[in-house]
Amino acid sequence: MRMQRRTWTNRLILFLSGSAGVLGLAMLVWILGDVAIKGSSAINWDFFTELPAPPGMDEGGLANAIVGTVIMTLAATMIAVPFGVMAGTWLSEFGRESRFGHAVRYVSDILVSAPSIVIGMFVYIIMVKTMGHFSGWAGAVALAIIMLPVVSRTTEEMLKLVPHELREAALALGAPYWKIMPQVIYRAAVSGMITGIMLAVARVAGETAPLLFTALNSPYWSESMNEPMANLTVTLFNYAMSPYDDWHAKAWGAAFIITLAVLVVTIFTRLLLRKRSKH
Amino acid sequence: MARSSVAKECDTDMKTSANKAWGDTLFKGMTLFFATGILILFIAILIALWHESAPAIDKFGLSFLTSTAWNPVKDEFGALIPMAGTILSTILAMLIAVPLSIGVALFLAELAPVWMRAPFGTAIELLAAIPSIVYGMWGLFVLAPIMADHVQPWLAEHLGFIPLFSGPQMGIGMLTAGLVLALMILPFIASVTRDVFLMVPQNLKEAAYGMGATTWEVVRDVMIPYGKKGIVGAVFLGMGRALGETMAVTFVIGNAYHLSWSLFAPGNSIASTLANEFTEADSDVYLASLMELGLVLFLLTFLVLGAAQLWLKRGIEGGGK
Repeated sequence: MRMQRRTWTNRLILFLSGSAGVLGLAMLVWILGDVAIKGSSAINWDFFTELPAPPGMDEGGLANAIVGTVIMTLAATMIAVPFGVMAGTWLSEFGRESRFGHAVRYVSDILVSAPSIVIGMFVYIIMVKTMGHFSGWAGAVALAIIMLPVVSRTTEEMLKLVPHELREAALALGAPYWKIMPQVIYRAAVSGMITGIMLAVARVAGETAPLLFTALNSPYWSESMNEPMANLTVTLFNYAMSPYDDWHAKAWGAAFIITLAVLVVTIFTRLLLRKRSKH
Repeated sequence: MARSSVAKECDTDMKTSANKAWGDTLFKGMTLFFATGILILFIAILIALWHESAPAIDKFGLSFLTSTAWNPVKDEFGALIPMAGTILSTILAMLIAVPLSIGVALFLAELAPVWMRAPFGTAIELLAAIPSIVYGMWGLFVLAPIMADHVQPWLAEHLGFIPLFSGPQMGIGMLTAGLVLALMILPFIASVTRDVFLMVPQNLKEAAYGMGATTWEVVRDVMIPYGKKGIVGAVFLGMGRALGETMAVTFVIGNAYHLSWSLFAPGNSIASTLANEFTEADSDVYLASLMELGLVLFLLTFLVLGAAQLWLKRGIEGGGK
């Protein structure tokens, strides 16, 4: 009797958990499927080569937005990677047990999940307001701030994986620490560090909120990064919120491109990591 | 001759070791400089937001947090409605996402056929990487019409006697925002929880199975107690993300400034208010009020994320259980 009750409870819970699992996965497949179907039908050659067209005209593309997103993401990477790698180096090599190290680690872990829109406001205050105009640089800095804690924490974790004996061996040869780091330790950890950087790139490439008040958006080609800069995510936001059907189609196209790019980078990075762990 | 060459060698030796010490000090100093930069950045965000919200703090004081006013024409602002929207949409999202993601995690770690586990586990991790704006847009174009045409009429018909499920059936509103938010954080919480379940040692589970325990009993009495710390940490991290999420919410929350018992009614969250109004703020007090909203949001997520980090850290120091 008791055994029967246990068996039935077990079946009931397994059924509930199984349906939760299937339901959750099904919803996510639904979202991805919609993006793939509606998005891919909006993609054509013009999408990558033409400037945006006014609503109602069934032509034009988002070439400037694609280029703008790529440029700002690259610029953000250039800012965040040296900064983050140096900070991660200190956390792993010099600040492992110190109180200050724990404080930096704690703050980084909070910044990783801090609301990105607040980062956008911060950059608005320090850059847009002081310079008097929105700019691609402000957008890049906002994205860099979001990347920074991710890069520094993964750098730290990867450097910690490098065995201590390697440092001791190099020190015993009489090499100074500042030569050991680039020639021995970074080399040993480089694929892990690249993984961290790529994941951070994938994350900021799809960010919208920090760009709303920094890079703004633009329907034209940007002459320099000192002016408002077109980008895919804010364009997607504006187009999706507009009342025009052809702009909605373009928004699905933009969503498709962003999702595809993020997934490709993430999958590629995971393959890289797997290859490394097989050695 | 011989002496002098030895002396010279000694000399260069001394020089390189002096160089070495100097180079190392410089290297250490530079890395410390950048590490300090992260801390300074955090403090600078707080100070900048505080400084910019000064006009609003001076004008409204603490009543800013309890006032329901939001009137750009009269320059009257209060944070209560956006704050309530942020908290309500987050609670809704957690109520939906936590049971579902624990279900997904259990399914992927223990229940699904073995051949399914690895590919679906990877799929969930990939889904956690999809930008939130994609979820928001999908919510607006696909989910909102379904909510308006099917889900909300059904809820109103069967549960309409509860004030939560009465009201305008427009598809856009608090309930839809909570649902989209739930879908967005589901992969994150599920993949972390799955990792926690996978860390439960096989021999503990086998011992329980060997005593005749059913799968559910193994889950309840072995896996959940073992991974409790990690699961709670994952839930709090997910909550921190949900609180500050902008794009998944802004599309579907409806942008309306009134408090309502109805979950169907349109509302506002702090992040959606900022996204919609920041570039339109035309007076000093208006802009400062938005800055203060940002500060409130930052402090709110700081509290939740900070507590989550402390909790997780204590877990590690306490031996992982």
